[in-house]
Amino acid sequence: MENLLQVEGIKTDFITTGKRVEAVVNASFDLKRGEIIGIVGESGSGKSVTMLSVLKLINPPGRVVGGDVRLAGIEENILSFDSKGEKMRNVRGGRIGMIFQEPMTSLNPVLTVGYQIAETILTHKKCSKAEAKQKAIEMMKAVRIPDAERRYNAYPQEFSGGMRQRIMIAIALAADPDVLIADEATTALDVTIQAQLLEMLKELAQTRGVAVIIVTHNMGIVARYADRIYVMYSGSVVETAETDVIFGCPEHPYTRGLLAAIPRLNDAKDRVLVPIDGLLPDASNRAPYCAFYERCLYRKNSCAKMPIPKLTGIGTNHFVACHLTVAERAARQAELLEREQRKTPKKQIREETCIEVRNLTKRFAVRAGLLQKTVGYVHALEKVSFAIRRGETLGVVGESGCGKSTLARLIMRVYAPDEGEILFHGRDIAHEKERNLKDVRREVAMVFQDPYSSLDPRQTAESIVGEALKIHHLCPDKEAYGKRVSELFRLVELDPELRKRVPHEFSGGQRQRLGIARALAASPTLIIFDEPISALDVSVQAQIINLLEKLQAQLGVSYMFIAHDLAVVRHISDRILVMYLGQAVEIASCEKLYEMPLHPYTQALLSSVPTADPVLERTRQPLKLGGEIPSVLKRPKGCPFSDRCPKAMECCHILSPELVDMGEGHMVACHLYGGK
Amino acid sequence: MAKEKNYRYEGISRFFRAMFGRKIVIICTAIVLIIIVLAILAPVIAPYDPAATDYYHMSQKPSMEHLLGTDALGRDVLSRLLYGSQVSLIVGVIAVFVACVIGSLLGMCAAYFGGVVDVVIMRTNEALRCVPAVVLAMALVSVFGGGVRNIAIILGISTVPGYAQMMRAQVLSVVRRDYVTAARLQGNSSIRLLFKHILPNCLSPLIVMMTQQVGSTILSEAGLSFLGVGISVPTASWGTMVSEGKAVLLENPMLGLIPGFCIAVLVISLNTIGDGVRDALDPHLRGEI
Amino acid sequence: MLIVMLIISFGVFMLVSLLPGDAVYAMLGDTISQETYDMVYHELGLDQPLLLRYGNWMLGVLRGDFGTSYQFHMPVVDLLKTRVPITIFLSILATLIAMPLGVLFGVIAAVHRGKKIDTVITLTANACSCLPQFWIGIFLMYIFSVQLGWLPSFGFTWPWENFGQHILELIMPIICLSIDGIAGIARQTRSSMLESIRQDYVRTAWSKGLTERSVIYIHTLKNSMIPIVSLLGVRLSYMVGGSIFVESVFSIPGMGSLLVRAITSKDIPVVQACVLLTAFVTCAAYILTDLLYVLVDPRIKLTQKD
Repeated sequence: MENLLQVEGIKTDFITTGKRVEAVVNASFDLKRGEIIGIVGESGSGKSVTMLSVLKLINPPGRVVGGDVRLAGIEENILSFDSKGEKMRNVRGGRIGMIFQEPMTSLNPVLTVGYQIAETILTHKKCSKAEAKQKAIEMMKAVRIPDAERRYNAYPQEFSGGMRQRIMIAIALAADPDVLIADEATTALDVTIQAQLLEMLKELAQTRGVAVIIVTHNMGIVARYADRIYVMYSGSVVETAETDVIFGCPEHPYTRGLLAAIPRLNDAKDRVLVPIDGLLPDASNRAPYCAFYERCLYRKNSCAKMPIPKLTGIGTNHFVACHLTVAERAARQAELLEREQRKTPKKQIREETCIEVRNLTKRFAVRAGLLQKTVGYVHALEKVSFAIRRGETLGVVGESGCGKSTLARLIMRVYAPDEGEILFHGRDIAHEKERNLKDVRREVAMVFQDPYSSLDPRQTAESIVGEALKIHHLCPDKEAYGKRVSELFRLVELDPELRKRVPHEFSGGQRQRLGIARALAASPTLIIFDEPISALDVSVQAQIINLLEKLQAQLGVSYMFIAHDLAVVRHISDRILVMYLGQAVEIASCEKLYEMPLHPYTQALLSSVPTADPVLERTRQPLKLGGEIPSVLKRPKGCPFSDRCPKAMECCHILSPELVDMGEGHMVACHLYGGK
Repeated sequence: MAKEKNYRYEGISRFFRAMFGRKIVIICTAIVLIIIVLAILAPVIAPYDPAATDYYHMSQKPSMEHLLGTDALGRDVLSRLLYGSQVSLIVGVIAVFVACVIGSLLGMCAAYFGGVVDVVIMRTNEALRCVPAVVLAMALVSVFGGGVRNIAIILGISTVPGYAQMMRAQVLSVVRRDYVTAARLQGNSSIRLLFKHILPNCLSPLIVMMTQQVGSTILSEAGLSFLGVGISVPTASWGTMVSEGKAVLLENPMLGLIPGFCIAVLVISLNTIGDGVRDALDPHLRGEI
Repeated sequence: MLIVMLIISFGVFMLVSLLPGDAVYAMLGDTISQETYDMVYHELGLDQPLLLRYGNWMLGVLRGDFGTSYQFHMPVVDLLKTRVPITIFLSILATLIAMPLGVLFGVIAAVHRGKKIDTVITLTANACSCLPQFWIGIFLMYIFSVQLGWLPSFGFTWPWENFGQHILELIMPIICLSIDGIAGIARQTRSSMLESIRQDYVRTAWSKGLTERSVIYIHTLKNSMIPIVSLLGVRLSYMVGGSIFVESVFSIPGMGSLLVRAITSKDIPVVQACVLLTAFVTCAAYILTDLLYVLVDPRIKLTQKD
């Protein structure tokens, strides 16, 4: 057999409350030795379930109902093996290793990491315990865990998320499998760590001759690492081709839609994102025709009458599941392009300052012991200063622990800063008492990250959106109130008819719209967005980004937009603030920052982000940034970045640099530019 | 307005559908309802005065006259059983009510004010939990005396710590949710925040705990009465009846076994209903909240 | 724990002051002369301020002096000396028996989730935790003593006095006392196991190709034991409470029967001593639990180290 792994027509169901949810309808793929393939899809596309099905790791009420999985060297369909029997166990871990998404919960908290690695070796290799231990330590060294011998007996919770994921890799590779499945393995990690890990994974795979399956929703990652890509939608593979082909000339309408919906680092600044409208079809009630039909921009009426399309070859290794011919799609695309000449709404930035922050500092006390004595301080935020003009969007980027959420919460006065000023229309609100803040609360609003936990589950949509109107007495009577609520619903493109529903009856994207409507209710002048789209799917993200741009142009509000996705921030922001460990390291206009980043951290950050463009990716060499993000408790002396910085000088370890203006408002805090 | 009611109604009907989806819950609810009806109708349907002694018909076996026989003092067992159910239910409901009100108030105060208030309430709470509930109840009985009202209040007080702890944890976890922060940032006053956003989201675990506690409270009352420190004679209580039955176990075993069986049936039914309520309100199962 | 014990001791001390009427009358009856009343009143130190009285009482307690029983007119310590060990012995023995059996049944039920054996165990456990303990006692007594005549229906003998007798007398009380614990621990183990089985790390364990045995007994059970161990203190406290009923049913001369008698005759010093001692035992169990906890859960060690 030519292929190492060949998967045909996987079909997996879940039975919940009497309903049969068809999570995977028809997933097929193959993998050659030493190859890296990517499987991409949004949440609910069934990509993870497919991988679990291959290893028969689906728990009841789930069930693999069909499919054929062939692994080189095994004559039988491995799905026919008993899921707890010896044959299946030899495949798991021994032939196919798997890494899961959540580094925090995927390792057993009561067993040492060394034991967990050695266990795999003992299960699959004939060796003594001492040999297994020796091999486990070698594996820990291979995944570059410092001080491996000593940390063999450490428990998972003594490691950071990135380190834990390294241990997961060590476990998965310990018994020398032929295939490694990385199921969203780096999704929960920060960008610089993600880049480190993926680079290491690629190297390990090459040196050990392991074929890798990368399962992810991130188009950038597959563009950078995969040789071939499978695109999944609603439980089926809809398109597969070599990476360049998928990104260069995608054929399936869904693949095209997906690529049009994501912002990229090399986009033109005014590129309009085209979201995919509508929702995923209900997996418990599937239509007999193409699953993408309802959302498809290319559809013909005949599509609904034909059965679900099968993958058909249209080029070398290029297969598409669509009834339309290549010519038909090309014609339709030209048509669509003509119609899509919508420009980003024009917005106006006024010179007037909306909010200014000076030397904002917040330290959280660390308490310990019986009497809760303060034993130290976490420097969550150190002397951050910036200003936002009326109608402007300031993007704030940084990895975990950089203090971006603390910053938002300080400006919102969830808590008071220790030092510094927050000048709102010239008035310092940093130390104002809560009862004097009511008018500020009306003018500054916030949108939260998690659309599920930020809406009170017991209130109707109307009372969530309209609460501020009541609190600030903005509507003289009931009629005006009703009118204003309807207006707000329409502003965020929600049907006012839905106003009496409770949050759980809305989808994630709709909930986030409700959150935005709530923020808009009292006509604020500044809205702070704390990672507003990171919990949403790519196609929905584009909808929200477009909505935010439209609202800003229409209402002239200022935005402070916090995110970790650099491409999104680039798309939406006018100026960007880069933060690292509680300090502002660089502030610049959007164009400046992406074209000519000055701070070594910004440079590393930008090079760590994979772009959804394989041609560009080949020219980029990810900057090797070693080390972990230090815990805020153990800040390095001097410049916070000094211990990871490739250009660190002696003075960097002693003195923390100040923000220096390099011209045209491009500020950077780095000793490299101190001489100017 | 009509539409809003519609949604409320839908929530309630969904709750009942989830709860009565299992047959066993329906059966247990029926049993409890029957016992409640019998308890209310006790004065009407009981054939004899439960406290009336009859020295001519002592320790009789079941007969047409006395369907379940008589006890050592000639009292009609069936009548005593019927009246005993009143005691059990009244004590159970009042005790749970007392515990819930005091406990959740204390828990809320501890969570909301924090600091010294929290420390004082929670330490006292911890102290109370260190004394076995029965021993605590007995100590209180030794001071305040028995009787239906006292026992109800005492059993209520001895279960307060559980409620306080649960409510404190619940309030603390709700306060940390984003929607509460969001509501605060809208300019809500603390009072409005507490009553409109925090409390309504703390109610379901409270309701679950209450329904699950009725049964165990009834069990405790029976226990105290059995020991002779609960409901005092001549009031009929199932616990007392078991204790009286124990004395004549040799001659008339049914006297002790029947009331015990009644207690078991009532408590099992109540607990099953409690589990049903929990399953129906459990946000994990519904995946909504 | 020290603070907790202090709060308890103060509460216990306050029992006397809460007493309606007067300790003197409670002690000597209502028919005493004013003169005797005043004398005893002074003798008991009731004319001193509250905190001073508490201090004196507490000092006495620490020296092992719980005062004099109103009812028996002898030191409370002497009354308790023979009784308390019996109660503690019963409670600890029942806990030690209930623990492994409960865990065993719980694991069996969880592993065979949804099968017949799970239903049987779950239903039995549910029913057992609803049955009044005293009634189980009477039921057992009716069958094994009255009907079959196999076991003695009352009494308690220490093993070193007469081992055979000890065992025979112990069987029913221990079954009766531990049944509730077995049911409770089984239910808890089952739900805790089912919770663990759903965790990501168990999926990781399966994905490594481990045998079902290692997945269940190494990866799942070890984690499931954490909540069970953490409630060991509470269990022991239940057992102490339960032994009061069992002692009453089987006429065992433990602390329980003394407490019942003290309550009916408002013998407050005895009540105080009993409450304080049970609380002390529970506190000790809590401390022991905390120590055990460190053994099962490596996370605890970490937080304490930091």
